[in-house]
Amino acid sequence: MTHALTRLAGLGLCIAVLFRPVGAEALEVFACEPEWAALATELGGDKVQVFSATTARQDPHQIQARPALIARLRSADLVVCTGAELEIGWMPVLLRQAANGRVQPGTPGYLEAAQYVRLLEKPTRLDRAEGDIHPAGNPHIQTDPRNIAAVATVLARRLAEVDPADNAVFAARNQSFAGRWNAAMQRWAQQAAPLRGIPIATYHKGWAYLAGWLGLREAGTIEPKPGIPPGSQYLAQLETELPAKGVRGVIYAAYEDSRASEFVAERIHVPVIMLPYTVGGTERARDLFGLFDDTIDRLNRGLAGGVSAKR
Amino acid sequence: MPAASPAFTIGTPPREPWPIGPVTPPVANAAASAGSFNPAIGVILQGKASAFSQNPNTYRVLGFPLADEARIPGRRGLSIDESELNLQANVDPYLFGNLTLSIDPDNHLSIEEAFIQTTSLPWGMTLRGGRFFSGIGYLNEQHSHTWDFADQALPYRVFLNNQYDDDGVQLRWLAPTRQFLEFGGELFRGDAFPAGGAARVGFGTHSLFAHTGGDIDDSSSYRTGLSWLRTKASDRTTSVPGGPDDVFNGNSDTLIWDAVYKWAPDGNPVETNFKLQGEFFARRDDGQFNSLPYSGWQTGFYAQAIYQFMPRWRVGARYDQVNGNRQTGLLALSTVDNRGITPRRASAMLEYNTSEFGRFRLQYNRDWSRGTPDNQAILQYIISIGAHGAHIF
Repeated sequence: MTHALTRLAGLGLCIAVLFRPVGAEALEVFACEPEWAALATELGGDKVQVFSATTARQDPHQIQARPALIARLRSADLVVCTGAELEIGWMPVLLRQAANGRVQPGTPGYLEAAQYVRLLEKPTRLDRAEGDIHPAGNPHIQTDPRNIAAVATVLARRLAEVDPADNAVFAARNQSFAGRWNAAMQRWAQQAAPLRGIPIATYHKGWAYLAGWLGLREAGTIEPKPGIPPGSQYLAQLETELPAKGVRGVIYAAYEDSRASEFVAERIHVPVIMLPYTVGGTERARDLFGLFDDTIDRLNRGLAGGVSAKR
Repeated sequence: MPAASPAFTIGTPPREPWPIGPVTPPVANAAASAGSFNPAIGVILQGKASAFSQNPNTYRVLGFPLADEARIPGRRGLSIDESELNLQANVDPYLFGNLTLSIDPDNHLSIEEAFIQTTSLPWGMTLRGGRFFSGIGYLNEQHSHTWDFADQALPYRVFLNNQYDDDGVQLRWLAPTRQFLEFGGELFRGDAFPAGGAARVGFGTHSLFAHTGGDIDDSSSYRTGLSWLRTKASDRTTSVPGGPDDVFNGNSDTLIWDAVYKWAPDGNPVETNFKLQGEFFARRDDGQFNSLPYSGWQTGFYAQAIYQFMPRWRVGARYDQVNGNRQTGLLALSTVDNRGITPRRASAMLEYNTSEFGRFRLQYNRDWSRGTPDNQAILQYIISIGAHGAHIF
């Protein structure tokens, strides 16, 4: 036994010398979703090295616990995720396999954004017969910029807690971000004023916060239940239901398959609107400001002008 | 961990009047799990309808002694399969605990896994103790409900009695590199096949393994590894249909090379995805088989591909083969004599998933383990209720 362990330790040492940790000086931030990666970059600047575990082309509910993610999490100083069980299918196993005590739940290195905003659509009945529901409430909080603002302050504080030496940098960057973000929110609010009260259908229940912010009316989903793909019978049912509710557009996220949304939109003669959903979802959504600029523009073009805003 | 600096001043958060819509003030919600300290509870239920052209009770893999789990490929007709109950939770900020109970169709309760594991050791170390599936190979750690076929690959069946599951300790070290690089070593009691009798005063088995992997591009990723398992058998008894029991005393060294490749467009597996995996086994046995000097060198492999061609639907194909030894002299025609036959099997499956928690599978095997082909058809369901268990890669 000692023989085997000695050999193991020797091998480990060799490898440790061969592969020195990279980027050891900047604070390493592991973001579960691109929006939190973008926010960490806004607040941390060159003091942080940010990695996003997912892209805007991926469904954050369904991610494989890939070796590359385990390796990244191993060296992270701060983890920022949405929480509210959005990442329940992959984060717990990553956290256990990455063996990084600095970022386990309950430590300053672990931040769940959903704990700092008011969650909508908390289910009253917890039953998987209702589909893939989240007990804490709808986790797609990043579609409302006010939630981004709330999380920014918490994240800046957390960055400072993990890296006290750069306290002043994070505080200053947060102040600058808050100022620019506030101004942008005023602008978006003006631009989106014509959208108020317009009924929409969405593919997934991923837009509750956006709708709440802009006053859009969610009149139905293309998925019969969260996470359940629609069947032909349900699609036929939507053809009569959605026009009756005055639906003026069908919205889906960049990572979702467009076919069902396009099919329904065509049948009920309304535009189908692809929204970036998060940073990187479209070319314009390069950062958080671009994300909302593009989202509002696409909604305005699709719902006010009646022209399809599909990419 | 350094405490929050009291000197930190937050920036000016957005103040009212909010642009439009109702106010969502920044509040701290209680963590979803804080309301309850109960462990996460998950239940797996499985059932089958099986047809075999040959009697499953006379199943054997020529040239290989088989332990209990591997001896019978299934039962004919309708039957439930293993039911599983899993409980897991963090013990405190330092430990995690996991219990998996398994109940077989004959109502025998067994502890499949019962282990504790550290969560916050420094330098990427994880220490685990209790009963658990060894980290060797790729499929060894995967619970049966996550398998892509209704039965285990032949090399796992003959070399490890499906999976090496024993009481012991494990130390893993994850290298601080961008490339996933993990090393592990284990020490086990030595009660599980191919060990037996808890030799070396209850420290009968040890293993070493290394895994590496990463992303090739946005769409594809891989993992590969090498493992070595050394077991000592002390009066290990196995049986064959219609024959006397076999007793083995001696050492076995098992080497495994495993590789898995996964693909999904843009890394999004929701619509379509593809998985290719294979493992190669080699084993050296040295000792006495039925009190006769015995030295064996056996190999085996499997290769399989799974394709989800549209949401809910997956197809898969697998080929597996194991190579035993021809024996002459006193061991001729004993269990370890393969009689010139190479046991092999070809399988195909089609799956329909009601959701990620419900799976229906139709599988067909043509199995030459006995030398004469056995046609096997299996219709199976696997469902998961309760806590949403996260799956390893």
